[in-house]
Amino acid sequence: MFDNVDWGDIGQATIDTLLMLAGSLVLTLAIGIPLGVLLFLSGKGRLASNPVLNGVLSFVVNVLRSLPFIILLIVMLPVTVLLVGTSLGVAGAIPPLVVGTAPFYARLVENALREVDHGVVEATQAMGGSTWQIVTRALLPEALPGIIAAATVAAIALVGYTAMAGVVGAGGLGDLAIRFGYQRFQTDVMIVTVVLLLVMVQILQMIGDWLVARVSHR
Amino acid sequence: MIRLEGVTRRYQSRAGGRVALDSVDLHVERGQIFGVVGRSGAGKSTLIRTINRLENPDEGRIFVGDAEITALNPAQLRAARRKIGMIFQHFNLLASKTIEDNVAFPLRLEGRSASEVKSRTAELLVRLGLAEHAKKYPHQLSGGQKQRVGIARALACGPDVLLCDEATSALDPETTEDILGLLEQLNRELELTIVMITHQMEVVRRVCDRVAVLKDGKIVEEGATVDVFLRPQHPVTQAMLAESDDGFDAAMAPANAHIARLIFQGTSTYEPELSRVARTVGVDYSILSGRIARIRGVPCGQLVVAFTDGDAEAALEQLASRGVGVETVGGR
Repeated sequence: MFDNVDWGDIGQATIDTLLMLAGSLVLTLAIGIPLGVLLFLSGKGRLASNPVLNGVLSFVVNVLRSLPFIILLIVMLPVTVLLVGTSLGVAGAIPPLVVGTAPFYARLVENALREVDHGVVEATQAMGGSTWQIVTRALLPEALPGIIAAATVAAIALVGYTAMAGVVGAGGLGDLAIRFGYQRFQTDVMIVTVVLLLVMVQILQMIGDWLVARVSHR
Repeated sequence: MIRLEGVTRRYQSRAGGRVALDSVDLHVERGQIFGVVGRSGAGKSTLIRTINRLENPDEGRIFVGDAEITALNPAQLRAARRKIGMIFQHFNLLASKTIEDNVAFPLRLEGRSASEVKSRTAELLVRLGLAEHAKKYPHQLSGGQKQRVGIARALACGPDVLLCDEATSALDPETTEDILGLLEQLNRELELTIVMITHQMEVVRRVCDRVAVLKDGKIVEEGATVDVFLRPQHPVTQAMLAESDDGFDAAMAPANAHIARLIFQGTSTYEPELSRVARTVGVDYSILSGRIARIRGVPCGQLVVAFTDGDAEAALEQLASRGVGVETVGGR
């Protein structure tokens, strides 16, 4: 049992996966939240309604979301090299991971903002709040549980994507699973990597749920 | 204090345009509690929301205090809104913030210093009896308490005007009474001008100095609450009052009776005028319906009386000469 498993490799791969996850999650949030806010605000009947901007953003988001991630990985190769100087390893995996996840996360953020009672926006307006204040002081705090829950979903999707990124030489647990578990028929390696990914997903979900519970006051 | 001149608001939809407000003129004096009533869809909500321009009128001018609200640029409008408090049917508190932070919210938006925010918030919480709830979240409070938080928040920046958008419609009768008492007190103590829209006639009867009745975006009747309640002119007003009243059924009246509505107002309400007149003129009467109540603190009574025997006309003349309002409703 576990004859083929090189625990040193597994350890390194786990670290790589975690690094990819952390790096791409941070960037996904940094891009997805503002993008989600823009999608929301520019929507019909919203605070900064702008059909043209909304149409363009929506189209770009839909295009990126409709590309299968495996295709995106390959399409992104030259862009990745341009951005980070390599398409390999942890650094090379982060650009496609972010491009794959941020648009999807932005939609989730937009939905979370839509869930906020319009009365709260109106009350803030009636108090003399500017659009910036309405977004930062009312909308985002009120939508925070939803935004965190969406971040959990995005993080778990990223775990899956990091595994796929192994195909183009990103390293990490997915890479191990494919090269050893699949191509060399080392079932034990496959089992170990899958279990580790499963544990990661479980932990992410628990952290997400805990955070949501902490910031929810309903 | 508040003046609307020819305010018109149209809604465009695929089904065509709809006029929500049709050239509305309104004048609310400083320190008044002004009620706007109407059925749902009459344009009440649109009307109150144009005052702080949560909705922009398509035509007309709006003045609050010295400022022409309709002529302000966005920055000026935000500054003006700080002096116009607003409370809502569903309170619209921020669920993510404590009661304390909800009350402090407008002060922070305005950019007041931390120490100022702290002292002003504490003062408001005490004034509205919310001090013990300071650290709680809105979901932990009852409806009446939430509306108190809404009021505290609306008062935070020291407004001259308070707009109440169906502020008691989601509350039970007892809590409604409590909130109305509070609004009355604030009106008195802070000389706060209050505009409230409601579909509850009882609310108007209880606190409003003046009332306007809105139908299809037009004001169909306006006047002192006592006058409008005792002598409603427009069918909509009459219908809305009849619903909040027991009313009487003309078919149930004794045959050959002369039916009249008697209106008592002020101190005469408590005088035994009817029985005195009945004795001197020698008529018999039965009361078909009646109500003695206070309208904005003034005692008022309305009786529908059937005179069955004797000279009803003479009795009514006598009553009128004693200051009782008399209207013949029906009968012989």
